[in-house]
Amino acid sequence: MKADGIGASVKRKEDHRFLTGNGQYTDDIILPRQTYAVFVRSPHAHATIISVDATAALAMPGVVAVFSGKDIEDSKIGGLPCGWGITSKDGTPAIEPPHPILCIGKARYVGDHVAVVIAETIEQARKGAEAVEVDYGILPAVVATGTAAASKTSVHDQAPNNVCYTWGHGDEAGVKAAFANAHHISELSLTNQRLAPNAMEPRAANAAYDRSSESYTLYVSNQNPHVERLLMCAFVLGIPEHKMRVVAPDVGGGFGSKIFLYAEETVLVWASKRVNRPIKWTADRTEAFLSDAHGRDHVTKAQLAMDKDGKFLGFRVDTTAAMGAYLSTFSTAVPTILYGTLLAGQYTTPAIYVEVTAVFTNTSPVDAYRGAGRPEATYVVERMVETAARDMKMDPAEIRRRNFIRSFPYATPVGLTYDVGDFDATLDGAIKLADVEGFAARKAASEARGMKRGIGYSSYIEACGLAPSNVAGALGARAGLFESGEVRVHPTGKVEVFTGSHSHGQGHETTFAQVVADKLGIPIDDISISHGDTGKVLFGMGTYGSRSLAVGGSAIVKAVDKVIAKGKKIAAHLLEASDTDIEFVNGEFKVKGTDKSVPFASVSLAAYVPHNYPLDKLEPGLNENAFYDPTNFTYPAGCHICEVEVDPQTGKVEVCSFTAMDDFGNIINPMIVEGQVHGGVAQGLGQAMLEDCIYDPESGQLLTATYMDYAMPRADDFPNFKVGTSVTACTHNPLGVKGCGEAGAIGSPPAFINAVTDAIGVKHIDMPATPERVWRAMQTAVSA
Amino acid sequence: MNSFQLHQPKDLGSAASFANSGGDTRFLAGGQSILASMKLGLASPDAMIDLSLVPDLKSISVSNGVVKIGAMVKHADVAANAEVQKAIPALAELAGGIGDRQVRNMGTLGGSLANSDPAACYPAAALGLGATIHTDKRSISADSFFLGLYETALEAGEIITAVSFPVPEKAAYVKFKNSASRFALVGVFVSKGSQGVRVAVTGAGSCAFRATDIETALAGSWTAAACNAVKMTSDNLNGDLHASAEYRAHLIPVIAGRAVAAAK
Amino acid sequence: MSVNVTMKVNGQSVSATIEASMTLVEFIREHLRLTGTHVGCNTSQCGACTVHINGRAVKSCSLLVAQAQGAEVLTIEGLAAANGDMHPMQAAFKEHHGLQCGFCTPGMVMSACELKGKLVDPTDEQIRASIDGNICRCTGYQNIVTSVKAGLAAMA
Repeated sequence: MKADGIGASVKRKEDHRFLTGNGQYTDDIILPRQTYAVFVRSPHAHATIISVDATAALAMPGVVAVFSGKDIEDSKIGGLPCGWGITSKDGTPAIEPPHPILCIGKARYVGDHVAVVIAETIEQARKGAEAVEVDYGILPAVVATGTAAASKTSVHDQAPNNVCYTWGHGDEAGVKAAFANAHHISELSLTNQRLAPNAMEPRAANAAYDRSSESYTLYVSNQNPHVERLLMCAFVLGIPEHKMRVVAPDVGGGFGSKIFLYAEETVLVWASKRVNRPIKWTADRTEAFLSDAHGRDHVTKAQLAMDKDGKFLGFRVDTTAAMGAYLSTFSTAVPTILYGTLLAGQYTTPAIYVEVTAVFTNTSPVDAYRGAGRPEATYVVERMVETAARDMKMDPAEIRRRNFIRSFPYATPVGLTYDVGDFDATLDGAIKLADVEGFAARKAASEARGMKRGIGYSSYIEACGLAPSNVAGALGARAGLFESGEVRVHPTGKVEVFTGSHSHGQGHETTFAQVVADKLGIPIDDISISHGDTGKVLFGMGTYGSRSLAVGGSAIVKAVDKVIAKGKKIAAHLLEASDTDIEFVNGEFKVKGTDKSVPFASVSLAAYVPHNYPLDKLEPGLNENAFYDPTNFTYPAGCHICEVEVDPQTGKVEVCSFTAMDDFGNIINPMIVEGQVHGGVAQGLGQAMLEDCIYDPESGQLLTATYMDYAMPRADDFPNFKVGTSVTACTHNPLGVKGCGEAGAIGSPPAFINAVTDAIGVKHIDMPATPERVWRAMQTAVSA
Repeated sequence: MNSFQLHQPKDLGSAASFANSGGDTRFLAGGQSILASMKLGLASPDAMIDLSLVPDLKSISVSNGVVKIGAMVKHADVAANAEVQKAIPALAELAGGIGDRQVRNMGTLGGSLANSDPAACYPAAALGLGATIHTDKRSISADSFFLGLYETALEAGEIITAVSFPVPEKAAYVKFKNSASRFALVGVFVSKGSQGVRVAVTGAGSCAFRATDIETALAGSWTAAACNAVKMTSDNLNGDLHASAEYRAHLIPVIAGRAVAAAK
Repeated sequence: MSVNVTMKVNGQSVSATIEASMTLVEFIREHLRLTGTHVGCNTSQCGACTVHINGRAVKSCSLLVAQAQGAEVLTIEGLAAANGDMHPMQAAFKEHHGLQCGFCTPGMVMSACELKGKLVDPTDEQIRASIDGNICRCTGYQNIVTSVKAGLAAMA
């Protein structure tokens, strides 16, 4: 293994700037003639906007401009687009109501963007925003997900019963038949609660217009600058792409919430031309709680049919999923394409049917959040399997083993084809790492101290590496899902790589450089990775769905292969040999079977100083780009085991140990992968133990809009996690990699809840398992 | 945050006169509560009076069975003070558990008591030890100091100068944290000594209060079991999105029992 | 109302006339343009804005500039050596992958540095309890704990 190549825990190249305060995040940027924007947001969940009067605000010191929905309407600016079309089971398309960038006529959630005030200073903009007089006609609000479809109030006129779509997937008749022949049917009702993503860097944008070139520059805290540009230019503002540069500089975490095209940055771009000055906006934390797209928010009923041996026969899932007040960029795909297709889990269940009703509510829009659909699917499957094991009085590991898929490729009844996996290996590995053998003794010790101990399993699978564009297109995607990579070799043999992936914590500057160092046989310090700037990078689909290495990395590998192929031709000329006799080994081009060789840097120099060069056959230069479009999803899978201790007097749950045994395929940088697992598990346990977006059921006010009320995981909430990996290499991408960014958040919630319910002897408890909720469940269990 | 006049007096007298100069005036001690409130628009004073330059508010002394702590002494300094640790370890530990480390480096005893946050820790210590709160005008017993939500016996412009905590035979404070804010969901301070048995609860009501039923039970038997036998009513207790009044009522004797078990 | 303030920031004397309502973090970021100190919540919970005042870690979003009058302020930019060599705590965070997106990192490192002399050969639990004023959304904290432990050992 090369010390800085594939498989090495190389220390991160990006760390020095982050550790010394030299990172550059969007809010750190101040442009000449900078102005500042503050949004006037609706204090009501549902209201008619009777009037917006900016007279007083415009008279305030420093206020440059005030815009509201009227200006947007007058300028004929379209709404924010939804990127994924879903078709209801009756064949009708999902209802996609307009999503204006400033409210027109109505405000539909607390925090909805009613107007923007632009001023010389942030303080003046804030005071200006306070002075904007908005006359609201308050309407009743649709708040709860489960009852939205029955509400007498409509969030949008286009969807009178608040239903966006009712999507059916799988074999309904097959499931019905399986249920008719079942030995036992286990049932479960559960809620997957709404979460706020909470990247530590709040969203921010800084937009500038240059009259001379009639072009825009947008700095924005975003996970996919090209997609941002495409959606904003082509679908909303009608700006040609070559007149818009989007830069996503250092980005302080995303977790999905910075994938989407938001109203704020779109307003800034539009307004920057109107005021002819750069405009900056940075969300404060409460604004982030209100305006970042939330995650999850499902209400689900599931039934699993089994034979007498606990073999799964049929699985039916009925889910109501909240969209919030408007359709965010990928909102429609999350509870369908990224959820329904994962309901086979790791099991051979032959018949599966899922029906998803997506509803509008007067709440913040809901979209992809770390895992996006797959945590919800895994939660349903793994809670269901646990329930089945208890109903059948079977060991939870045994019931899983009895139903594991063992032959690959495996086509599931919900539309995916798993290329490879070894679910026994991750289960067995986790059992060993978690010392399940010693659990009984630990439980006895807990009981001796008056505590209740439980253990919970979760065998998850996810679909990552989004995605084969043709498959995604057939499923309703309105964009491709390839990735681009460009490898620019400089004359001295130093290499700059441009990727359409975006790093906001993942460490691409290191991992991708390792891949290139490995392939080109040059030191990692000779390589730099550039990303996040449409002015530099060819194109890109960005980073989400654990796709960067599997798709973006593969594009880079393809480009590197092209560099090597061209290099061989140059080397053949220099070495006076035939192209076919040249091999590339450890950074040198060699004539096979001889000691004749030429180093990489000499070839690159020849390419740029083509004095001795086959100019008749070959262009000078050594710069290649490639697009990679995957042929299948990748399928990271694994087993998580959680052990908890419950204090019966208070209901407080302590995580005693958490074990993650994951199969991510080949691993480029084990240190970074482990870090991703830690972070994912912490977010998953955060959901299971602590986090909850709570709306007032009547007023639709978000009650958990600060860190005083929304419980963020802190260092003392967890023990150290035990992490291990086993490998089955992905069969269809050149690196054999699957992706690791979301697994922790996907696998951990059911493992935790399975452990808590095991400890206290109840069938189910909803997340987050707060002390009071657990205490109450115990009171019920005792009295029952 | 809105603009305001900032006064930085160098003696108590001028601090008090600034306070009485009209308008909405607030004292600035450590600023760990008031500044956040101002940023959230919950407070918007016309003037602030920074007390950090006023002398004689920052000393700690232990004598004649009393720990006396200046109003501007920071939580971290109480926690780290060897004399306090020796005399009333429960008080040092309580101070060392307020908020987080950065907050303890700024937050002050006087600021905490004057704010009377319903979930703050210090009010439980003051009540639970039978402390006396000294101001620039008088001395007020803790029992008559906390009047309600963010409401105390302090008059407008009155400045806490120090607090005297009688040294008990035994005491302990146990906090069951709100997992979001890390304030007390229920915190209980228990003590016994010259002040009798005292049990003070924070986090559960509109302000810190004494749980007299538990005091009675503990006067009979200083055991966790005695606490656990008490059934608290949930009347007048806080119910919010973090916990119901019923759950808080359940927790109070449980946490009190744990404090009794931990008392030293 | 304007006030005059004078203090030392990272060893340099600075004087300015500022609004009385200006917080220390605004002064550091907007006035001094030291943008390594970040604002994650602005209400004193997340700790991204942690700096040292006279050797003590404080949340600079919850301090008026006037409260740092005459103080020695240390920000993340003042930690590394003049030649760019990282401070032992910074180096430990790199070595043990104690950061991902980097946004909470300056505050986390400043918070960790203050533990010198306060925690001697600490357990993981002690470190976890000591950094509960800093929120990190990326790392799950485990590698931060390892980094802090190593950094404190290197500083000893």
